[in-house]
Amino acid sequence: MSEQVREDIKLVEDVTQSEYKWGFVTNIEADEAPKGLNEDIVRFISAKKGEPEWMTEWRLKAFRQWQKMEEPTWPNVKYPKVDFQNIKYYSAPKKKPQLNSLDEVDPELIETFEKLGIPIDEQKRLAGVAVDAVFDSVSVATTFKETLNEQGIIFCSVSEAVKNHPELVKKYLGSVVPPSDNYYAALNAAVFSDGSFVYIPKGVRCPMELSTYFRINAQETGQFERTLVIAEEGSYVSYLEGCTAPMRDENQLHAAVVELVALDNAEIKYSTVQNWYPGDKNGKGGIYNFVTKRGACRGKNSKISWTQVETGSAITWKYPSCILQGDNSVGEFYSVAVTNNFQQADTGTKMIHLGKNTRSTIISKGISAGKSQNTYRGLVKVGKNAENSRNFSQCDSMLIGDRCGAHTFPYIEVDNKSGIVEHEATTSKVGEDQIFYLNQRGISTEDAVNMIVNGFCKEVFNELPMEFAVEAQKLLAISLEGSVG
Amino acid sequence: MSKTEIQNIKDWYASQFSEYESKLNGQTKTFLHDLRKDALSKLNEMNFPTLKDEEWRYTNVSPILKHNFVHPLSVEKVEYTKEEISKYIFSGFDSHLVVIINGIFSEELSDIKNLPDGVVIGSLDKISRENPELIKNHFGKNIKLKNAFNFLNAAYSNDGLVLYVPNNKVLEKPIQVLYLNGNDNAEVLSVPRSFIYIGKSAEASVIANYRGMGKNPYLSNVINEFVIEQNAHLNYYKVQNESQNAYHIDLTDGYQNRDSVFNHLSLSFGGLIVRNDLASLLDDENIQTHYYGLYVGQQNQHIDNYTFVDHAKPNCESNELYKGILDDKARGVFTGRILVRQDAQKTNAYQSNKAVLLSEKTQVDTKPQLEIFADDVKCSHGAAIGRLDDVAYFYIRSRGVPEAIAKSMLIKAYASDVLDNVTIEEFKEQLNHMIFESLHRVEVE
Repeated sequence: MSEQVREDIKLVEDVTQSEYKWGFVTNIEADEAPKGLNEDIVRFISAKKGEPEWMTEWRLKAFRQWQKMEEPTWPNVKYPKVDFQNIKYYSAPKKKPQLNSLDEVDPELIETFEKLGIPIDEQKRLAGVAVDAVFDSVSVATTFKETLNEQGIIFCSVSEAVKNHPELVKKYLGSVVPPSDNYYAALNAAVFSDGSFVYIPKGVRCPMELSTYFRINAQETGQFERTLVIAEEGSYVSYLEGCTAPMRDENQLHAAVVELVALDNAEIKYSTVQNWYPGDKNGKGGIYNFVTKRGACRGKNSKISWTQVETGSAITWKYPSCILQGDNSVGEFYSVAVTNNFQQADTGTKMIHLGKNTRSTIISKGISAGKSQNTYRGLVKVGKNAENSRNFSQCDSMLIGDRCGAHTFPYIEVDNKSGIVEHEATTSKVGEDQIFYLNQRGISTEDAVNMIVNGFCKEVFNELPMEFAVEAQKLLAISLEGSVG
Repeated sequence: MSKTEIQNIKDWYASQFSEYESKLNGQTKTFLHDLRKDALSKLNEMNFPTLKDEEWRYTNVSPILKHNFVHPLSVEKVEYTKEEISKYIFSGFDSHLVVIINGIFSEELSDIKNLPDGVVIGSLDKISRENPELIKNHFGKNIKLKNAFNFLNAAYSNDGLVLYVPNNKVLEKPIQVLYLNGNDNAEVLSVPRSFIYIGKSAEASVIANYRGMGKNPYLSNVINEFVIEQNAHLNYYKVQNESQNAYHIDLTDGYQNRDSVFNHLSLSFGGLIVRNDLASLLDDENIQTHYYGLYVGQQNQHIDNYTFVDHAKPNCESNELYKGILDDKARGVFTGRILVRQDAQKTNAYQSNKAVLLSEKTQVDTKPQLEIFADDVKCSHGAAIGRLDDVAYFYIRSRGVPEAIAKSMLIKAYASDVLDNVTIEEFKEQLNHMIFESLHRVEVE
């Protein structure tokens, strides 16, 4: 074994042993539901949130549907079965802070947000980010509401929306991801605790990027977020979502649902940086991330763009999709998925072309290191009436280390002669010649790998809003630092 | 299809077995018969594939299961003369001829002369009775039967081709195997099972040619098993032109030893529902595997190609190119799976899959899959689906070329990527002719 190889192995070990930076626990007394799931728990959650009768019924219907469904086994991931009766389905901080001033908020909570670097306080206003911070399952503080209010933009928690804007919620909730859609979507519909609600009125361009940070805090609590974004005719919104979870030994379940609706000429840009706890280097613990995200381009010339950087979670199972219903609508999917140690990711997208002249682009970059498994799974479907639709997909995988796996499972279904669909996929490792070239110029192997990996992901990072791009690059460095031999 | 209907067809095939067994005469004492009984019991335990099976999600086989096909041994045999079959044989080049009618080897019609020492071309039935030692060590050892159709073949096949090429022998002339299927008296189940063994540093080329006879629908359900030893070389051309109302299900499994080369070229023209399962296990170093495919679909045809390249050891190369031309209401399905196992470092695996749609009602579903567990590899796949190149078409038309010829020129160019891998010039010309014949389009030189 050469000196170089030995050094590289050490680097790999350093990285795999690096601790999860965001692992701390906030001690706040939580108002919790007992473990287990039945109709009473669903009613309990609904009652806790003071929901109207129709909402409770909606949940119960979903719950009954869920009971009839079976847990899917088709994803390319392996994990012990989740015991759905061993999870607490509701956990809210007991002291509900007032929203008027930050002074009234529990200082420990503020500290948590500060550790996370969430721009919740006044200084952060300069950053131009309005934050709807979701602490476990209930919105704690919502800022910038007033600025947004002036333009008629609604940005609040889903529970508030249920109370204040029931007509909108009734119309759109479950219209993109119906409760019967899949096992986890049904579970989410039954027990969702909270989430964000965004409504952009006709012709309004949202002046700032909207952002939510989720954080799973209490032990053994499933996080069931539900996000609904509605962009009326000619409006624009960019939404950021970031996730961090403390270290726990037991696997925690996260089953969120995100629904986007874009009407004529509207555009929604949805960016995610997912950094849930991935488990330790022996594969113990970590989050199960089973998420349903879907956007409907209902109107003509509408556009939905998904950008995701997935570095966390023990298991990821997520396919942000676009239903391109309106003529000339556009769907985009940009993804970087990084897995290390024992992480498993099965992620990708679906582009369903229904309208004429619809276009979609898929750029997916998978990086697997350690003993992880990284899978791209995607569907491009061109329907019978989708004249002249166009898709381009590119899925590249990079392997770091010889114990990991990279897999690509694209599905392409074309029912229209005028459709053009192209798919390309490559798999390779970081080139020795590339490293050598950079070494030669005095750049250490570790930095060289970082540069190469960053270059590999550039196409996706370019799509992220500024603040996120910086965070994403840092996350990538933490996840992979020097892990190349 | 309802559960009872499916159970009925399973019962049908199970009930046929004792009659079939009684017609086998001396064949029940061979090692093959144990394999048959084993396959029958497995067939009873399993179900025919449905759309819910991931590997069959785009191909519905229930029309096949609505027929009660009967084994040719239970049907009055139709005799053909050499003249009658001559139009099906590829001509213009020297070859050995094997004729297999509804899965049964025909000694009278076959024409095998001047074989090198030790090379055996013969009937599976005969060899399993008279010289089982020749194939016993390899037969059925490496092949993975996957679905109920495969077990149906394994249970009912009583004959097929055996090609045995001993070490260091090179067969200069290709072997043409003409599979004639169909029968005017009944809906037959044609279940040939063929076995090819290419010894160390040996070489052979085989042209398998499937043709339909008669008006009745039939099920051509074949298994081909290849063993390609060290440094051996096999070129296998499959030309499938079954009747337009027939069903064709194929399982071809190649086992490759080190330094071997396997070229497989598949051309699909006929059949109402066609499913080709092609798999190779690259079980040692420095192996080359090339798959080329062209499928031409028209009317209501459904053509499904499923390929699987299993890279188990380092330093191997696989290359795959499949192209489809679809007209009328035809539907094409392609699945290309490449598995690179953990030990298979320095693997190069490439795959490309294209389809061109000539009419509004055609449909294509494609599913390339890369599963990679080794890091030092170069793997890629590409898939493209679209229409004929508008710019090229305009260019040709602007030079005064009539519409129909311009389109045919583009089709020919498109198909040539695959056909150029045919090394026998006269054979290639006849294949080119078949493309235009089956599409009912003007042929261009």
